[in-house]
Amino acid sequence: MKTYGGKVLFLDRSDINTDEIIPAKYLTEISKEALKPHMLEDFKFEGFNPQDQSLSEAKVIVTRSNFGCGSSREHAPWVFEVNDINVVIASSFARIFRQNMFNCGMLAIELSEKAIDELFAHRGADALISIDFDNDKLTMTSSRSSKTFDYQIAEFDKALVKAGGWVEFADLKY
Amino acid sequence: MTMTLAEKIFMSHLKDEPFPGTKVLNIDAVLCHEITTPVAINDLVARGKDRVFDPEKIKVVIDHVSPAKDTKTAIQGKIMRDWARRHNIRDFFDIGRNGVCHAIFPEKGYIRPGYTVIMGDSHTCTHGAFGAFAAGVGTTDLEVGILKGVCSFRAPETIRVNINGKLPDGVYAKDIILKVIKTLTVKGATDCVIEFRGDVVKGMSMESRMTLCNMAIEAGGTSGICMPDETTVGYLWPFISSDYKDKSAALADFKKWWSDEGCKYVKVLDIDVSTMQPQVTYGYKPDEVKDISEMEGTPVDQIYIGSCTNGRIEDLRVAAAYLKGRRISPLVRGVVSPATPRIFRQADEEGLIKIFMDSGFCVTNPTCGACLGMSNGVLAPGEVCASTTNRNFTGRMGKGGMVHLLSPAVAAVTAIVGKIADPRKFKKETI
Repeated sequence: MKTYGGKVLFLDRSDINTDEIIPAKYLTEISKEALKPHMLEDFKFEGFNPQDQSLSEAKVIVTRSNFGCGSSREHAPWVFEVNDINVVIASSFARIFRQNMFNCGMLAIELSEKAIDELFAHRGADALISIDFDNDKLTMTSSRSSKTFDYQIAEFDKALVKAGGWVEFADLKY
Repeated sequence: MTMTLAEKIFMSHLKDEPFPGTKVLNIDAVLCHEITTPVAINDLVARGKDRVFDPEKIKVVIDHVSPAKDTKTAIQGKIMRDWARRHNIRDFFDIGRNGVCHAIFPEKGYIRPGYTVIMGDSHTCTHGAFGAFAAGVGTTDLEVGILKGVCSFRAPETIRVNINGKLPDGVYAKDIILKVIKTLTVKGATDCVIEFRGDVVKGMSMESRMTLCNMAIEAGGTSGICMPDETTVGYLWPFISSDYKDKSAALADFKKWWSDEGCKYVKVLDIDVSTMQPQVTYGYKPDEVKDISEMEGTPVDQIYIGSCTNGRIEDLRVAAAYLKGRRISPLVRGVVSPATPRIFRQADEEGLIKIFMDSGFCVTNPTCGACLGMSNGVLAPGEVCASTTNRNFTGRMGKGGMVHLLSPAVAAVTAIVGKIADPRKFKKETI
């Protein structure tokens, strides 16, 4: 299993698409590592700078609804993976992106909009999220306070994460 | 028990249910292109598992950047070429025979009612037009599909969209699907199949049905789906004529897939097209859609006609009917890319290529290039494109560029005026 948790990058917008996460012009790369400098390069949002130091320190993304919509490109989870971000927490995900995350042994965690609002309240306060994978809990800690949230992921997706991904799971089983 | 078409396909293709709610399906067609497949191939090689589950069920095309534009894209093509050869994958379409994946694979008769289809491409939902369950997947799902012939899904719920009324002149399948996306929103169909029903769909060609199903993903949908009927039989007949004694036998067989009366839909949407205007997107999400009356006069720099959404023969016919005898505005440039060599040839034989060239359009070879800003029509920062494609995301057709999604009819008259224009105000010529 990968390691999950750490400093948080907040992306305060819904419907962030995979073209914003990794533009199509980089899809000619056949190594995941080559994607690394281009994470969120075309994501335009007030106050967001793709060159910001906080991006390279982030281990967890917290965002709004329908994250990862658009293209099927697994380059979107990969660009997070090579930047050491193995967890995305949102109020909802686009189907293909969500499955791509679990297929790579990464976590796409859905929380209620209210819980997401609570996480956003820690923005700008050195927010850290730790993941207790076995017990389906995550804890947000910041200079303001600390709180633990229960989350649910499908049993299948949990099994994929434990196996290391869908190739490993399918290869043993089918 | 009554079932939807999608549920029937899930039941007939179920290989395993490893956990409640997760269905692992046997896959009938694993489609591959050169953008999302090479990493899967390299990973299989690295794992010492360079195998394919069935070379007959794997179909391969080079389409996204064709011809190769640089060393990187040339390498992607080479990986596909070498892989197809070493595994004896015969249905491989290299340059000269290649076309946009979601146009060429149906054209070859590879997609049949009741099939399960996956591809590392989100617009795979197009193939639901044939009554198939067709879903875009990532590279890892594709890799497992190539190796094992299976893919996992959550059992989808179905949204039924009834499209009725009389389609006004100048309004087409593209306008209808833009309206559907506007109504459902970009996340309204997540984890759902969108089933297109009603008299308007019944009266549509397979090409129009593919345009409808193509953009199901823009509402988050897993697959679009249409009921396979006489039109489906007619389209597929050259490929299935030896399997059935006549067309009515084929139709009877196809009808077994139809959603049952009284089956469960998670949502039903009724759309009357009789008073519908042509539809155009105004923002950076495919659900940001307005009537053309609100968009007329918007200046553009480039017009693009092509893609898996609207690069088929009937799209070219519609555009050519408006362009015949007219010149495009000197303030804009026009690019048209027939989606397959067969469509290109047919357009040539029907005189459409001449019409496009006489009007001032550039005619390119079949490729996806411009739609995702990779080649053959990339925008400069600040430029605007009136495009028959499917995504208007920020930078989609080139960094800093903007895209208005619209029909081939709107694209053609927009090229003439140099600003977004209403096809209902133009006379269509006989072609």
